[in-house]
Amino acid sequence: MTIRFNDETFRDDYTFFNSPEAIARFPFPFDRDDYMYSVNMEPHKTGPEGTPFNVRFDVDEHYVSEMRDREITLTEDPLRCQSLPHMELAGWDLLELIMRSKAEDYPELFELHCDGDRWHWINRPLGIDQRFTFGDATTLPYGPMEYITRQAQGDFAVLDQREDNLWMDAGMVTSQADWSLDFDIGMNFFEWHAPVPKAHEMGIFQRALKFLMQINQDNPARRLNWTMTVNPRLDTSPENYHKWGPEKRTITSENVGQKQYLRVELQTFWRLPRSNALAFPIRCYLINLEDLVSVPKWGRRLHRVLRDLPDELADYKGFAVNRPVIVDYLSQHDDGAATSAGIYPTADDAPRTPA
Amino acid sequence: MTQVTFSPSIKTRPVYAPLQSQGDAPAILLCEGDGALAILDLAARDASVLGRAHLIHIPAGTAHGPRLRALGARMYHEAPSFEALAARYGKALADATMSTRLYLAGTEGLIAKATAAALAAGLPHQAIQAEHRGSIARRMQCVHCKGVTEEVTTDPFTCSHCGLTLFVRDHFSRRLGAFQGVCVDAETPGDVPATQEIRP
Amino acid sequence: MSARLLRVTEVAPLTPLVTRFRFEDPDGAPLPLFSGGAHVVVEMPDEGVLRRNAYSLISAPDDGSGYEIAVRREDTGRGGSRYMHSQVTPGTLMTVTSPVNLFSLDLRARKHVLIAGGIGITPFLSQLRQLARMQAPFELHYAARSRAEAAGLAFLPSAPNIHLHISDEGNRMDLGAILTGQPLGTHVYTCGPEGLITSVEQAAARLNWPKAALHSEAFLSPPPGKPFDVTLARSGRTLTVGPNQSLLEALEAAEIDIPWSCRGGACGQCETAVTACHGRIDHNDHWLSDDDRAAQQKIMPCVSRFQGQHLAIDR
Repeated sequence: MTIRFNDETFRDDYTFFNSPEAIARFPFPFDRDDYMYSVNMEPHKTGPEGTPFNVRFDVDEHYVSEMRDREITLTEDPLRCQSLPHMELAGWDLLELIMRSKAEDYPELFELHCDGDRWHWINRPLGIDQRFTFGDATTLPYGPMEYITRQAQGDFAVLDQREDNLWMDAGMVTSQADWSLDFDIGMNFFEWHAPVPKAHEMGIFQRALKFLMQINQDNPARRLNWTMTVNPRLDTSPENYHKWGPEKRTITSENVGQKQYLRVELQTFWRLPRSNALAFPIRCYLINLEDLVSVPKWGRRLHRVLRDLPDELADYKGFAVNRPVIVDYLSQHDDGAATSAGIYPTADDAPRTPA
Repeated sequence: MTQVTFSPSIKTRPVYAPLQSQGDAPAILLCEGDGALAILDLAARDASVLGRAHLIHIPAGTAHGPRLRALGARMYHEAPSFEALAARYGKALADATMSTRLYLAGTEGLIAKATAAALAAGLPHQAIQAEHRGSIARRMQCVHCKGVTEEVTTDPFTCSHCGLTLFVRDHFSRRLGAFQGVCVDAETPGDVPATQEIRP
Repeated sequence: MSARLLRVTEVAPLTPLVTRFRFEDPDGAPLPLFSGGAHVVVEMPDEGVLRRNAYSLISAPDDGSGYEIAVRREDTGRGGSRYMHSQVTPGTLMTVTSPVNLFSLDLRARKHVLIAGGIGITPFLSQLRQLARMQAPFELHYAARSRAEAAGLAFLPSAPNIHLHISDEGNRMDLGAILTGQPLGTHVYTCGPEGLITSVEQAAARLNWPKAALHSEAFLSPPPGKPFDVTLARSGRTLTVGPNQSLLEALEAAEIDIPWSCRGGACGQCETAVTACHGRIDHNDHWLSDDDRAAQQKIMPCVSRFQGQHLAIDR
């Protein structure tokens, strides 16, 4: 498999784009025509061949540009990557997990050679050739978690497990949906989810926590989450909200198809061996409405989901102000035809009826 | 002084309860202003709590000092401010053992700062009790510039460091000892809602 | 629960009652690493009954070349440890799960105090190796009846922070002295008989220790008992649980699909709703709350039993 890496930006002139292949494999988050919170966990590394669901850490055409965007964000604000002192061992666990996975899943892009604790890592897309001593942070340019997550797409939270809870004690967070690692670091599972409406009363977090604490080394799990973002912007942090906030008010019925993006988080969960911590990568995929409706099933379904979503959730996800324009646009791509089960289109999905 | 009843809120918003005596365990008692009254109430319920106690008082314009001193704690100290107290409080925490209990009483800001320092020193959060007395002014961290503004009483308020207009969230970090302030007019600069007194 | 077939490569007595077993991959493949205090579950085809017993790993957590466990022969037990001692020899192939840790070190601790009673030394043997690698301050207190019975001795260096309490030699453990004066950030870990764990909890409570700094693992194996019947509410079938069989084992023998992990009443995986109970559940687990126990609406099939007229469960 060869990947052509896009040369694109996630800020300023926003030259980000999805190729037809990237659209076809997009992890559309809805398997039915409506949405409510649920503990939608399933085993990871199961899913159709070629989709982001079938590899441990998906590498796609946006890899090189996403890593460049992360570098810009970290240069401006180093607090986006933090690790409490007791989390270094978990950082090494995460480094090993990602290096081994990438070297095995993408051998033409990554290589890992281990001779005892003396390791040699080659990352061809980013032009990195690093020899280091596993377990000795002085042999890497950054701490182990920061080193490897500067080379892996998506945000990473690393959770310590103790006192029957999970604690957000380390992370690399540069493409978050409006939460601050610097503020939330050190919080437990219920605390960092405190601002989420409704789900506490529904018992969602109790059930999710119980599930997550029982994940073992052999059985990584995943779930999908989603929100809406104006422009293909990765850094939608609260830190910079005053800088990107005005862009949210630029949506019109003329530009909504190009500027309004569905933002999907592929969240995976991994028990780390040496530290017993839980790695929680949050991989972000972006697709604008115009590209999304090129798959008729997705256009129909997203219309129905967003039209019927409770106001409270649209508020929390931060797109209530643009919802009428979005729903109006999508309604033109919903001919009322039935949609098949599952997230990808099947032979049962009708081709689009011309509007 | 009547005690404040705080409205129910999200799970990170600190809640306070009257101090409960843990008997004559080694203890650090820290009170600011009318927080002294909570310590006096505690001592009235169980005087043994002072037997091995280090009692520290920040008067903050109140005159409770003589009554506190008369409680007969093993050590008694008055400090003009929490900042002036930093080294002494740090030493008390460094000398503490796993049997030591921490009792805090005063404003939200005092409780937040003293709790954050104690947690950083390794005190488990179960060893800390806090009773709120006095002002409901909040200690707010600006999520944008990271500066902390003390004694915030209005929503929205102006960040004392970067000047952005911030709204007051109930989301609270024990590690920082602060609530989160977020730009209120980020999407529509200049469109700022009317200023209100913050409510408990 | 994922498991792999491993070959027993060493069987070595540590004391008259305790034997060390080493497992390796038959093809020499590296095994998953683990954290100090982790256990594996070993399957034993014991005369028609498939037993699965949990054992703490005693080998180094960062050594994937093999797993080692120490098994104490319990002559009054249900037979699992007897099977290990009598049937398992070098070359035996056995199914072993991946490591799971329900007794991990709190890595924030500024000091770790480890308190072991008897065979309860086993989880600490891997923790000690992790602590050494992390260069973390610790002290170990190991209580045993006699030196001859102290299976952990062979693994423990002579060092000022390793304390032996041999009751035959009149050197008993003074928990009050151990827990007094420990600096902020100390965590205490206890593994051994229930009585030891209770004593540590009581001594810590007297000294005002916060509960979050106390960790324990009681090595529970399913206790034998009188046979009892259980009705499966979903199918209406009735099973008989034998005297040396756990309810979980009876369900597995009947090919009922049920999740499990520790098989010792600690992890909560096999928790099952009780749909009818005329009699008394003997709750032997550490998972359910006191309220749950009193309500008799949940049962942990791995260790708990029943006495009375009728028990029906949601399986």
